[in-house]
Amino acid sequence: MSEKNSYEVGFGSDAVKNPQRIVFITKKTSAKVKGAQPRQLMSYPHVVLREIIAFEIFTVALVVVALFWDAPLEQLANPLLTPNPAKAPWYFLGLQELLHYLPPVVAGVLIPTLVVVGLVVIPYFDVNIKGEPLWASNRRRRLAAFMGGVAVLLIVFGIHEAFDVVVPTVAFAALALAAYFAPPQGGRLMRYLRAQPLSWWIMSWFIAVSLTLTLVGTFFRGPGWSLVWSWR
Amino acid sequence: MAYPSREQWLERLRNTRVWKSVFRRGPARTNRTRSLAIFGNLFLHVVPAKVREKSLRVRATYYLGSFAFFLFIVLTVTGILLMLYYHPAALEAYSDMKDLRFVVSNGVLLRNLHRLAAQTMVLVVFWHMYHVFYRGGYRPPREFNWVVGVVLLLLTLFLSYTGYLLPWDQLAFWAITVGTNIIGYVPLVGHRTRFLLLGGNIIGENALLRFYVLHCVILPLLAGLFIAVHFWRIQKDGGLSVGESEERKEPLSVEATQVEQETVTVGESDERKEQL
Repeated sequence: MSEKNSYEVGFGSDAVKNPQRIVFITKKTSAKVKGAQPRQLMSYPHVVLREIIAFEIFTVALVVVALFWDAPLEQLANPLLTPNPAKAPWYFLGLQELLHYLPPVVAGVLIPTLVVVGLVVIPYFDVNIKGEPLWASNRRRRLAAFMGGVAVLLIVFGIHEAFDVVVPTVAFAALALAAYFAPPQGGRLMRYLRAQPLSWWIMSWFIAVSLTLTLVGTFFRGPGWSLVWSWR
Repeated sequence: MAYPSREQWLERLRNTRVWKSVFRRGPARTNRTRSLAIFGNLFLHVVPAKVREKSLRVRATYYLGSFAFFLFIVLTVTGILLMLYYHPAALEAYSDMKDLRFVVSNGVLLRNLHRLAAQTMVLVVFWHMYHVFYRGGYRPPREFNWVVGVVLLLLTLFLSYTGYLLPWDQLAFWAITVGTNIIGYVPLVGHRTRFLLLGGNIIGENALLRFYVLHCVILPLLAGLFIAVHFWRIQKDGGLSVGESEERKEPLSVEATQVEQETVTVGESDERKEQL
């Protein structure tokens, strides 16, 4: 132990004249982190003005598009006349597409619940704060686990012949493998892919699958939910 | 006799007693009065008085959160105007749509704008979420604001979905039929939830009224509340995230310094007393 800290304590009785205080005076070495101080701007007027200008430009653009793009209006609702196919709004067509392949409890209840729960827990399960790339260390074991996960997904969706889940999944597995085996110099794409952590791979795969499902559900599904070319 | 310029005129206006009583400040010329302009204002006080210059660059955020909020404003305004012409009853709803097209001045534009803004908002909110994810904006201390954002995403989807039924045409009716049938598959509570939402077993008059109330009252109020929390938390959690990749580029040096006297003061210090 080094020398005993010397300190003084003092306080006054008149709070206005002599504000109450406790002072510790210590003698020690402490670490000081020096980061470059980022430049700051006052919100008023810098942020407020920018937001107002952005709002005006955006609203004008919106009105111009709305002038030329009519909202659809079909015949009066008729419970006795079911259109074929009956489609949900576009942002739910990915789910409807899944519903075509999987049992309703899985596609309509289990998967959406898992997606929402998964999104909520992202910040609390982010164990890889530094963003260590997936293929940086422990390569063999990670490759085995990764490929195991891909195999399970492919089996589950392959059995149900959900091609629009299988295709993006295979594409992502191929990219991950390419990043694994690519030489250290590699091209720009490979260098980018090799730098990505596991969370990037999962989220990007999720976006690719939901985009594919939504696009197929929107443009390539006709009567009886059969595959059609929407432009024919 | 020279007339005052626009700046001089504004300066005089801002120095009047009425202006000061409304805005709680005179002209915002110093950093102190500029800060006052933010936290002396109920609507602006949720945003920080100072922001990092980096977080204002277009590439940092693409202003996606702002655009989502702008869309919410546009939707509120056009939505209230549409409410003036709309009856949430099965027979009238559809003819109100026809009236909007053929009778009401600019009715077509009003409905187009509302519909376009609703679809765009779903897109922008998704894009905003993915952008925040890839920038690492959900990391501590911003975890909870990410959760609030997920709630806002769900509210956006429900708002858009409940609005989908209101025109009461074939498109609306069957889209809602497809969607609400799924709720029935939820184990145990599925059928009861569906009954509660539709006010019956099939989509009819009751369902239209309930979707109308959800769309025009309950969900917008909830969304407004969560938007306020979302904005306020940006400030409390240390401003907009400038992204991990940019933060890493910042030079960071740790140096050990011999501190002669490290003073910890508890209670009111002299500087604070002077400020008051």
